[in-house]
Amino acid sequence: MSAGPGLEFENDIADLENRIGSLERQTDRSGDIENEIRTLRLELVRQLRETYSSLDAWQTVQVARHKNRPYTRDYLNLAFDDFVELHGDKHFGDDRAMLSGFAKLDRFKVLVLGHQKGRTYKERAACHFGCAHPEGYRKAMSKMRLAEKYQLPLICFIDTPGAYPGIGAEERGQAQVIAESMFKMSRLRTPVICVVIGEGGSGGALGIGVGDRVAVLQHAYYSVISPEGCAGILWKSHEHAPKAAAALRFTSQDLSRLGVVDDVLQEPLGGAHRDHHQMASRLKSYLSRTLGELEVKTADELVAERYEKFRKIGVFIEESQTEV
Amino acid sequence: MSTVDPKTTDSESQNSPVTPHRKRGVPEGLWLKCPGCGASVYKKEVEQRLNVCPKCEHHFYVSARERIAQVLDEGTFEPMNEHLRPADPLEFSDRRSYADRLVSEQKRTGLTDAAVTGTGMVRARRVALAVTDSAFIMGSMGSVVGERLTRLIEWATEQNLPLIIISASGGGARMHEGILSLMQMAKVSAALARYDEAGGLFISVLTNPTMGGVAASFASLGDLVFAEPKALIGFAGPRTIKATIGIELPEGFQTSEFLLEHGYIDRILMRKNLKTEIARAIDYCGK
Repeated sequence: MSAGPGLEFENDIADLENRIGSLERQTDRSGDIENEIRTLRLELVRQLRETYSSLDAWQTVQVARHKNRPYTRDYLNLAFDDFVELHGDKHFGDDRAMLSGFAKLDRFKVLVLGHQKGRTYKERAACHFGCAHPEGYRKAMSKMRLAEKYQLPLICFIDTPGAYPGIGAEERGQAQVIAESMFKMSRLRTPVICVVIGEGGSGGALGIGVGDRVAVLQHAYYSVISPEGCAGILWKSHEHAPKAAAALRFTSQDLSRLGVVDDVLQEPLGGAHRDHHQMASRLKSYLSRTLGELEVKTADELVAERYEKFRKIGVFIEESQTEV
Repeated sequence: MSTVDPKTTDSESQNSPVTPHRKRGVPEGLWLKCPGCGASVYKKEVEQRLNVCPKCEHHFYVSARERIAQVLDEGTFEPMNEHLRPADPLEFSDRRSYADRLVSEQKRTGLTDAAVTGTGMVRARRVALAVTDSAFIMGSMGSVVGERLTRLIEWATEQNLPLIIISASGGGARMHEGILSLMQMAKVSAALARYDEAGGLFISVLTNPTMGGVAASFASLGDLVFAEPKALIGFAGPRTIKATIGIELPEGFQTSEFLLEHGYIDRILMRKNLKTEIARAIDYCGK
């Protein structure tokens, strides 16, 4: 799969991809053309490797937001079987930005929750570009209860620019539902695995992010605030988003170093958007292995260890208390 | 998840106290202009009324120190975990380095970070108390605020004490500590969930302003949620919302009264009644 609508830093790569594409479309290919394709392919791999092994923070954000990046529904199609979608929060509505349902992964029956961004413009508008409203978090909580009651492991895919900022969202308690969702997840008596697959946008991400294992895809990011939002406040202009992105230390490497994520899942060469199948297969094996590790634990152990996992996060100085 | 817009931050910092003992938003001099009613009011009188306007009942800023004095019985406060100090794990720098900012905020406010925690008595009832102070980097939550709150909650769980958290945090989760700040929301909420399972009573008091990651974590998780009148309370900052939806926000949007109307808070309390009403709630809940 090609990258589709280009990222600026990928201009040379897109050129190569286009040249290869047009050569491959030629009906009668001479040996010369075959040779040229081979040479161009080697060059493409070299450039992809070079570019993607050293993405800066702002480039990472662009990859994480790429229109062709696999979304929750893509992983449900590619890595899971027998997805049974469940709608509704039994309270106000059915938020399309939060997808949920039963699914099978290898030998495991699970409950999947995930932000959904939508592929076409129509879908994206219906999903509010992956920004969930309070009904989305209430929907998530109602499915969490179901998972706990029937002892289904919960898998959460995080991919949101942030929880929706709007009048209705505030009227229906956006702050309260995110708080309540974290509160409940922290005590959930069933295994919980969270994977940041694209954008981990602040509270909207963390609202379904309290798990026994938290993983992040190599080129995903997870941040306290969007780089644009941070730039607007601290640099007084959204144009400084690239600087804010670097300062916020939110790439997978940073997250791992800061002890916020347990695992980083390597993406296919050139990013997940270039090879959905391979990314889905890596994700599937990670989930299957991790479900195996968690299934042997008792509910008490899961809850206690989950507590300790988040309990340890934070960096501060503890001055000696010896002087009275 | 910091939600305060630049304009607010700027005007706030211009009004910022220079010495630890000066009150934010209260200029020096005998008179001050009330932002609630526009009247010139006698500063001494405002102070005697717990920083509330005598004309329109506008609730002015109070520091964490003053708040503790207002809520606890005199001389009963014992601070906890004051020895925790903020670090700079990201080596964060915007137009100014976080390390510098911390030093100047500490000097200016006399606080080590945005939350003060400890124990004391409310009309002779022993409680665990935390107060955030909006003067310290907008009252935002970084690692120290998260850790102090978590330690307090764990201690209240062990000691079987009622827990009171009074929030004044316009800044939500502190940007300068990045993802670590966001994770404090989960850490504190998890501690509250355990406290709740153990049967602890948590009274959350929302004051102006309580926004972003603070509103979206501990501040919203009280068994009882009280608010001071006309406080700004919400998830997303008004500017962000306006920029997203492109229409004017309704009058009174994201105020205490708006939240009461929509069912998210139990009571709006005048500052002068806060202490009595906390004591009364504790008695009802049998602790």
